[in-house]
Amino acid sequence: MFLWFHKLGSPPHFYRIAGKWIPWLTWIFLAFLLTGLYGGLIEAPPDYQQGESYRIIFVHVPSAWMSLLIYVVMAFCGAIVIIWRMKLAEVVLISSAPIGASFTFLALVTGSLWGKPMWGTYWVWDARLTSELILLFLYLGIIGLHNAIDDRRVAGRAVAILALVGVVNIPIIHYSVEWWHSLHQGPTVTKFDKPSIHWSMLLPLLLMAMAFQVYYVLTLFQKCRVELLRRERNSKWVEEL
Amino acid sequence: MTPARKKRLGLILLMVAGVAVGVGLVLKSLDQNIMFFFTPSEVMSGKAPQNKLFRMGGMVVEGSVDRPGDGLTVEFDLTDNEQRVTVRYAGILPDLFREGQGIIANGKLNDSGEFVAEEVLAKHDETYMPPELAGMQSKQESAQ
Repeated sequence: MFLWFHKLGSPPHFYRIAGKWIPWLTWIFLAFLLTGLYGGLIEAPPDYQQGESYRIIFVHVPSAWMSLLIYVVMAFCGAIVIIWRMKLAEVVLISSAPIGASFTFLALVTGSLWGKPMWGTYWVWDARLTSELILLFLYLGIIGLHNAIDDRRVAGRAVAILALVGVVNIPIIHYSVEWWHSLHQGPTVTKFDKPSIHWSMLLPLLLMAMAFQVYYVLTLFQKCRVELLRRERNSKWVEEL
Repeated sequence: MTPARKKRLGLILLMVAGVAVGVGLVLKSLDQNIMFFFTPSEVMSGKAPQNKLFRMGGMVVEGSVDRPGDGLTVEFDLTDNEQRVTVRYAGILPDLFREGQGIIANGKLNDSGEFVAEEVLAKHDETYMPPELAGMQSKQESAQ
């Protein structure tokens, strides 16, 4: 197991393995996405309160989950970068940042579009919305900091520290709706109790969440391959490609 | 793990713990500012600011919605199951506004203890279900 992990950490090996996985991941992603969209937009019944407009949760909720998940992955990579100085962890960290920023942006925009007809406003400064906006700024800060430093290794270590510092925001986002009175509703699925969503809506929601996760790994692999080639352009294994 | 790595792990843990404690203290001191709204009980016990806009959130009491006078003004009671405050609002209500539903009103108290709202937002709860099922549930509840 450790040996396998160690081998995966070597750039040429990762480059080859990721390349092999990409076509498979594409098919798995499409399968989840199409079944999830069909289930969510066509099969699932309308909601008893919101009618048809609740269907935005099939994009909004998975995006919001991904925005948190990707940040946790980045912070984890940050710890590996600082402790073991592993090159691949730097690559995974910085390649994840634009994907995470996109998901955060998507969660904010879809939530805002839903908020206007349902709440009566596009935006309020409540704890959940504000902390999610801070998450977007953290992602953008990490991307900016990385671009501002020319030396890749130094840049990698700097963003690792920023990613680790920002990780305190993650529990704040998750618990914001429980710690404070907020306009945003409480958790529906991610709580210890039974999910308060009917299974006919939960199933497509989980399918969409799976689709988004596979999509993340897929784009991450593609971005990592590009970043590896850029960093190692002078090494022997790249020349041999 | 080599000693150097152990040391770096320790430093990371210390850093994250330090930041967490710092942010925790800031949030604790900002507690009242982060609260998006006051409950009717808090308003009745005088915790809400006077002569200043603030938000009040609660459930619209069943059967309390009334449209006196010009037909534009709406009056309803908000409750947190302990206290009730009457809200007066002239404007467009959001889609989800209905009796028994949670809402948040932004406004201030007038001299007679009524809450005059400038804005009314609906607070959606976390339950999602098909309409047929909701109908069955309310029938079951009324049968009991």
